[in-house]
Amino acid sequence: MTFRDIVPIAVVIALLAFVPAFVTANTVLNFLVFTLIIALAAQGWNILGGFGGQFSFGHAAFFGTGAYAAALLQVRFGMNPWVAFVIGAVAGAAVGWMIGYLSFRSGLRGSYFALVTLAFAEVLRILANAATFTGGAAGVLIKLDVRPDNFQFESRGAFFWIALALVGAVLVLTRWIERSRFGAQLVAVRENEAAAKALGVDTLRVKLGAITASGAVTAAAGGLYAQYFLYVDANIAYGTWISVEAILAPIVGGLGTVFGPLVGAVALHGLGEITKLAAGSVPGIDLMVFGGLLVAAVAFAPQGILGLLRRPGQSKGAARHA
Amino acid sequence: MYSPAIIAEAIVNGLMTGTVYALIALGLTLVYGVLHIINFAHGALLTAAMFAVWVVYETVGLDPYLAILPLTPLFFGMGYAVQRFVIGPASHGNDSNILLVTLGLSIAIENALLAGFRSDTRTLNTDYGFQVVEFGSLLLSKPRLIGFGAAILVTVLLWLLLSRTDTGKAIRAVAKEKFGASLVGIDVAHVYAVTFGLGCACLAVAACLLMPTFYVNPRIGQAFVLVAFTIVVLGGMGSIPGALLGGLFIGVVESLCGLFLGDSLGQIGIFLIFILVLLVRPTGMFGAKA
Repeated sequence: MTFRDIVPIAVVIALLAFVPAFVTANTVLNFLVFTLIIALAAQGWNILGGFGGQFSFGHAAFFGTGAYAAALLQVRFGMNPWVAFVIGAVAGAAVGWMIGYLSFRSGLRGSYFALVTLAFAEVLRILANAATFTGGAAGVLIKLDVRPDNFQFESRGAFFWIALALVGAVLVLTRWIERSRFGAQLVAVRENEAAAKALGVDTLRVKLGAITASGAVTAAAGGLYAQYFLYVDANIAYGTWISVEAILAPIVGGLGTVFGPLVGAVALHGLGEITKLAAGSVPGIDLMVFGGLLVAAVAFAPQGILGLLRRPGQSKGAARHA
Repeated sequence: MYSPAIIAEAIVNGLMTGTVYALIALGLTLVYGVLHIINFAHGALLTAAMFAVWVVYETVGLDPYLAILPLTPLFFGMGYAVQRFVIGPASHGNDSNILLVTLGLSIAIENALLAGFRSDTRTLNTDYGFQVVEFGSLLLSKPRLIGFGAAILVTVLLWLLLSRTDTGKAIRAVAKEKFGASLVGIDVAHVYAVTFGLGCACLAVAACLLMPTFYVNPRIGQAFVLVAFTIVVLGGMGSIPGALLGGLFIGVVESLCGLFLGDSLGQIGIFLIFILVLLVRPTGMFGAKA
């Protein structure tokens, strides 16, 4: 990774950082923070699904672990929220490694891997919904105590910057993965696992590395969600909605690209808001559009929005550098 | 401790629920066996079928059991069209694309139903909904007993269709070797669509059998489809006897877990079986190869 690889990321993040200077309406900032949290969760999915070709349908398992860890460690044990947030991300990595170890060692891939991840997320959801430690169906409420050292801020702008900084950090991480030996091996596993193995790639280790990093990033999104909304319950944290969001954004934006998840999340939720404005408050109308877009993206734009924006003359390899 | 009578009743109830699960799983396993894909839209299509039963009952007053007659061909046609004109062309013959297209369809259908019917839970008020049949010391719900018989009948019919007719032969040929099948003149895209249509027809029947004792809301399909996945994996992807036996087994497990662990933890037994089977023996009881 060279200095030139970082420049586009730095420019995008710097430009986005000025947004709170122009936008002060709370509803708009709310929307932006939420979209960034989704983008972060989707960036996590993209490491495993986009670069590694392992389609998880249960990233809620990581998002929920991060959210619950952040909430429970401070509510039950009085831990500092910043520390709890970091531990949440580490816990997400651990859950990722565990699910990966169990399923990749059994040789699960394709539909089977999608199903097993879905089942793990569901088991965690049912457990969190039933256990008293996690507050059961009532969920966990984080006490309102607005202090910067308590990870709570007066303005939503501060939260926007923190979310943006995390998204930026993962953009750099993803760029590093793309350029590294590890990333090359990961893409080799995606393109042809048997061939990668024959060339001496330790495919189990590579896939485990990807799902661990993926789990940590998505768990960080969950921790941020808990800290922003100050409330977590099983259907939010471990619900299928977030697994679906994490899949949608990279595919619509550009699967296996550095900026794909961010572009996809902004495009999807931007369009979702427009649909809601146009159709009034009909429940589900925005998600209906998302579902249609997913089909349309797979049918007509297999490389997502970034693929469409690319000039026709450029090769497929060039798109990965976009 | 629970008395043997209560446990016996739980087992019988589980078997009756299990046949309807089996019917839902049958559609899923049929599509998997031929197209080698998991249809993530299965649950949303079931929800659509259940709403269709509710709509014809509320508007025309058509009895849910009679609704089988118009709804089964209707859903067959719909399934045929969805596979032929949406899933097939959109996925460019790539397996992971089919996974994503069916996921997209499921989100779109489920939320279209949410937009159209809102999130209210609806039921049918039939006059036989709560009737029971005495069977020795057991009291069995009459509509569920009918569901039990009808589901087994449909399974047998489907099995006959696959083993005795030319269409069935073509379906089995495509499942085994689609390239060879196309060489001998079988229209593979047509067979794919017929199979998908049959899967949807199974859902229409299942919906008609479920509605007299069950409720419908736009999210109901999700609960069923996860159970159906478990059954399909347990019975072996693509296996019809596997789906029937798996369905009965899962019905009993769910019923007993609900009895011993309570409602909120009842479903966890199903998922643990699911994960264990996937990790230990992903080919299931009757599956040929992964």
